[in-house]
Amino acid sequence: MTETTAPSPAKPIRKPGSQIIVDTLVEQGVEVMFGYLGGVVLPLFDKLYDAPIRFIIPRHEQGGCHMADAYARATGKVGVVVATSGPGATNLTTGLATAMMDSIPLVAITGQVRTDLIGNDAFQEADTTGITRPITKHNSIVKDPNRLAQTIREAFYIASTGRPGPVLVDIPVDMQVAEIEVKPAEPVNLPGYKVRSRVHNRQISLAAEAINASQKPILYVGGGIIIANAAAELSELAHKANIPVTMTLLGLGSIDQGSELSLDMLGMHGSAYANFAVQECDLLIAVGARFDDRVTGKLKTFASKAKIIHIDIDPASIAKNLPADIPVVGDAKETLVELLREVQHRDRPEWFAQIAEWKKKYPFRYDKRAHAIKPQFVIEEILRQTNGDATIVTGVGQHQMWTAQFYRFKRPRQFITSGGLGTMGFGLPAAIGAQVALPGQTVIDIDGDSSFNMTMNELCTAVQYELPVKVCIINNGYMGMVRQWQQLFYGKRYSCSSLKNPDFATVARAFGAVGMTVTEKKGVADAVAAMLAETHPCVVDFHVDREENVWPMVPAGKSLHEMNGLDIFESMA
Amino acid sequence: MKHILSALVLNRPGVLAHVAGMFAARAFNIDSLTVGRTDDPELSRMTIVVIGDDRVVEQVRKQLAKIVSIVKVQDFAGQDVVARDLMLVSVSAPPEKRPEILALIEMFNAKVVDIGPKFVMVEVCGPETKIEAFIDAARSYGIRNVVRTGTVAMARYSRSQSE
Repeated sequence: MTETTAPSPAKPIRKPGSQIIVDTLVEQGVEVMFGYLGGVVLPLFDKLYDAPIRFIIPRHEQGGCHMADAYARATGKVGVVVATSGPGATNLTTGLATAMMDSIPLVAITGQVRTDLIGNDAFQEADTTGITRPITKHNSIVKDPNRLAQTIREAFYIASTGRPGPVLVDIPVDMQVAEIEVKPAEPVNLPGYKVRSRVHNRQISLAAEAINASQKPILYVGGGIIIANAAAELSELAHKANIPVTMTLLGLGSIDQGSELSLDMLGMHGSAYANFAVQECDLLIAVGARFDDRVTGKLKTFASKAKIIHIDIDPASIAKNLPADIPVVGDAKETLVELLREVQHRDRPEWFAQIAEWKKKYPFRYDKRAHAIKPQFVIEEILRQTNGDATIVTGVGQHQMWTAQFYRFKRPRQFITSGGLGTMGFGLPAAIGAQVALPGQTVIDIDGDSSFNMTMNELCTAVQYELPVKVCIINNGYMGMVRQWQQLFYGKRYSCSSLKNPDFATVARAFGAVGMTVTEKKGVADAVAAMLAETHPCVVDFHVDREENVWPMVPAGKSLHEMNGLDIFESMA
Repeated sequence: MKHILSALVLNRPGVLAHVAGMFAARAFNIDSLTVGRTDDPELSRMTIVVIGDDRVVEQVRKQLAKIVSIVKVQDFAGQDVVARDLMLVSVSAPPEKRPEILALIEMFNAKVVDIGPKFVMVEVCGPETKIEAFIDAARSYGIRNVVRTGTVAMARYSRSQSE
């Protein structure tokens, strides 16, 4: 028997699971959440009532998921969305798949029926983890309340590290109600999940040697640059080694498009100069890009004269579509920092002369003399009046491609768009999520009429939370991109692609937003000015030339240099 | 070409569904897949036989490695491995043919595990080629039913672990 008395163990603190969830979210730095109520998340929402977390309620769970996604894209933080079981969870699926394809860090928390009811076809029961397995980076269901906090910590860790992505945690209602002992946070220990951080020196040297030896190099960069916050390093590398840069849709903003080194977007609707340069280059340096079919066109002939360096954090992205001569697995930022040490300046006068000639000959063009409102004219006017500084969000389709072509992005996270999945209806909820992330800044959703129709109910959300998002509808009364394909490849048979729209300005006013309609070219500038001055959510419906097409266009399956529409450009020169 | 992939996975619900779903979603073909516990109750072993060229199988391996519940994946291609299948096969065996069939079973180092009035149930264990050879040999007598485990495999010590 010793005299020393051990410190009496503090009385364990017990809390309900729902409080543990909220505490863990706060511990993870969550400031804003998006989501929708329902029966089996009531215990959680009861605790959120007093939590230091701002909560935004969308009008549909899909909207909530896109909002959380865009919040993540705008800030780089993890977006958080909550939904109830069954239909609440199934409504998240489009949003999860969108985030998955574009590698967006997202944590989704779904309620689930009581554990003793699981598998009994209970009211609002769905196999949420089963349904979402292929469209999440990871998911799990909590069946032991003592695992709640750690499972949520793991979700944040997995969502935000490596190649980011959405992670779903399914929480049966009895787990939220159970009273459990509060334990100190443990470090995340996932034996099957290793984040590669250190870059392979040998591969860096090989890449640097290839760059220094190249006569005609090109940097082909994607969303990975933006996710890794590597835009500054990219710009430094491009300038130091003197290499032109082309960007994927998700990569726009990686380098200031005002820079001489920018070749703008490549691919199906990319610039002719980027596409020609890719086809002619002797070295293609891919960073955080994945050789998507909309980028490469016919894979066999893509950059066929070039040696390929592929830098990506996801080993499975490398050599998935095209074998890489020099694969480099690593974080884009760290890899570029390493490369910067070893690359040297080269003049490459012939290469830049060739590129300058393409740029001069084939800039993006449209008929500026047209009487009708051209979609591109509207976007150029928005560009002019915002001085290229606004955060731009889009739906999916022609308006998205014109925005990518005609708005000139200066900085990363400035352009928020659904790339991989191509989710129509992304625009408005994403603009709301971005506006939540960027109070006081100008957020503009350049949308299509068909895309806007899909999720315009979220105008309620913008009005309720006084989020002054600006929606510019490029209204051609068609599913425009579908119509373009029907015109070009289906003998102008416009099967089911023409829509009868509501009067969007009236709809906007009914929701409590500001609504305007512009039918004449001379009204465009004033409408854009009025929209930018507006402090309320605002919808401007631009009635544009109905059958304008996006040019240039590489038809699906064709080689990148086989663009259609260059003759149209020349005729407008 | 056939590749044997060996994966150490967390012994959790949903892992098998995840693996099977990934194969289906990415249009990879599984030739066989076996799952069993290991000496560690936290871990299971999956042995997956995949048919495809090296590039496809490398992509399969990388996609498997990405699954958070999968701890480690190895492709045994180019390695010296011990690979075994277990088969239960029900072969037609009328009395007049039984001596012949028993001789065949002995030749394959197989075992009779059950006898009925018209059939014998045979357990055959060995590399896949042996299993296939037994099926070919027994076919002329009439096969009622075949149940196979699929391949399990382990690398030999000699080359793979001595370096």
